[in-house]
Amino acid sequence: MLLIECPHCGPRDETEYQYGGEAHVAYPEDPSQLSDKEWAEYLFYRNNPKGLIAERWAHAVGCRRWFNVVRDTVTYEIKAVYRIGEPKPEIGGVK
Amino acid sequence: MADLLPEHPDFLWRNPDPKSSYDAVIVGGGGHGLATAYYLAKNHGMTNIAVLERGWLAGGNMARNTTIIRSNYLWDESAAMYEHSLKLWEILPEELEYDFLFSQRGVMNLAHTLGDVRESVRRVNANKLNGIDAEWISPEQVKELCPIINIGDDIRYPVMGATYQPRAGIAKHDHVAWAFARKCDEMGVDIIQNCEVNGFVMDGDRVVGVETSRGRINAGKVGLCGAGHSSVLAELAGFRLPIQSHPLQALVSELHEPVHPTVVMSNHVHVYVSQAHKGELVMGAGVDAYNGYGQRGAFHVIEDQMAAAVELFPIFARAHVLRTWGGIVDVTLDASPIVSKTPVDQMYVNCGWGTGGFKGTPGAGYAFAHTIANDEPHPLNEPFALERFETGVLIDEHGAAAVAH
Ligand SMILES: Cc1cc2nc3c(=O)[nH]c(=O)nc-3n(C[C@H](O)[C@H](O)[C@H](O)COP(=O)(O)OP(=O)(O)OC[C@H]3O[C@@H](n4cnc5c(N)ncnc54)[C@H](O)[C@@H]3O)c2cc1C
Ligand SMILES: [Zn+2]
Repeated sequence: MLLIECPHCGPRDETEYQYGGEAHVAYPEDPSQLSDKEWAEYLFYRNNPKGLIAERWAHAVGCRRWFNVVRDTVTYEIKAVYRIGEPKPEIGGVK
Repeated sequence: MADLLPEHPDFLWRNPDPKSSYDAVIVGGGGHGLATAYYLAKNHGMTNIAVLERGWLAGGNMARNTTIIRSNYLWDESAAMYEHSLKLWEILPEELEYDFLFSQRGVMNLAHTLGDVRESVRRVNANKLNGIDAEWISPEQVKELCPIINIGDDIRYPVMGATYQPRAGIAKHDHVAWAFARKCDEMGVDIIQNCEVNGFVMDGDRVVGVETSRGRINAGKVGLCGAGHSSVLAELAGFRLPIQSHPLQALVSELHEPVHPTVVMSNHVHVYVSQAHKGELVMGAGVDAYNGYGQRGAFHVIEDQMAAAVELFPIFARAHVLRTWGGIVDVTLDASPIVSKTPVDQMYVNCGWGTGGFKGTPGAGYAFAHTIANDEPHPLNEPFALERFETGVLIDEHGAAAVAH
């Protein structure tokens, strides 16, 4: 079980959180201008690195707020936790 | 003094060094890679081919799954693919001359809510229209088929009935891989273990070879069967796949007398259980939520499935978890596989089987081999092309197919 540090509440068990997949995927600026390929990318294509990933978690049974995490998908080690709106930390190779 | 060890039993395949060039190489020596090689050789006469495996044969999901085989999927495209696969399962023990304990003991998908009941009945009707054996059975019939199940109404989610597919069942997964490997080898296919593909050799838009931990190997065609590592392979080849890799765990108990004659799956309380020939209770459930390549997950996921299992099967309260493990499953957003051409000429991809591709092993191999040999999909896998994520013609088997295993 992961021990995840909510930036608002502190360290809690993984079971308090909900996973949100890849972070920093912005809603298209002008949706009506997207081609089918671009829509497919927005809807269905997400990074799936073997290594560091920037991902979203929600503290579902705590403060209910979303935040971002950089985690290693092989060792599952959490390298950084940061709030929504803060830039992706510069850690080698994070996708 | 210790007795001399007995002779090593016959090897089932040679372990050749890679040749410098093949007509086709298949990346990944799991069930799908082996089945693809088998049908390339058998149906398309392509025997100058190799299967390249980074670890040992079937060391990925192939020998980690819970071996459930069924074809009772909702949509026509899936029903056609999985039923074709089931029909192949029915003839393969003889064709491969290997008794890998394929046992058509039936699979039940339980319904615990009114919503479940409606979805299940709908799926049974859809299955019947597609010529697939399917029945809706009452709680009493559930109990008759599987006497150890609790159909009382004093549990949180009582059993309200089930779908039942009598021709469904289980098989011994490692033996399935060995059976394919032996036949491939007999037909001249090179099975090369400890050979990791870490790059592709391109000539313009066309793939002409692979870089491996054992050197460069030229190839006329390349088929990707990397399951949980499909995204990594695609990235090496310069394209993306709509795949997320997740840990999926399973477990076994110690050996018990035969108590469980069929396979029971419950999507709602989320556990599925069968009893292996040897006697272990084999159980599994859903993926760990996060992306992961670690071949392990968290224990709370196991605890949840055990809670569900003990409520449905009170007799299991006295059993013990002997071993748990995890694989890496390649999940798509519509819970259907991708068996397709790729943006790279002469490169093909078979992936996205996620939590439920063991049952699809022969069908995937059959259709993928056709796709590779003819540079064109077989009608069975045409709907499962990468393009569906752009056209929107998804094959949404989430929930609709009971549970994805
Ligand atoms: C716990 C668990 C339970 C499951 N239960 C069921 C079930 O009950 N019923 C069902 O139908 N399905 C089930 N599945 C799903 C099923 O196991 C998979 O869908 C299926 O095995 C995937 O195809 P495969 O056998 O080819 O995969 P794998 O055996 O994973 O084969 C992929 C191979 O590619 C190799 N590879 C990866 N990268 C490279 C590289 N760069 N170079 C060379 N080789 C490489 C890997 O080492 C691996 O051996 C389950 C899976 C798991 C993990
Ligand atoms: Zn919080």
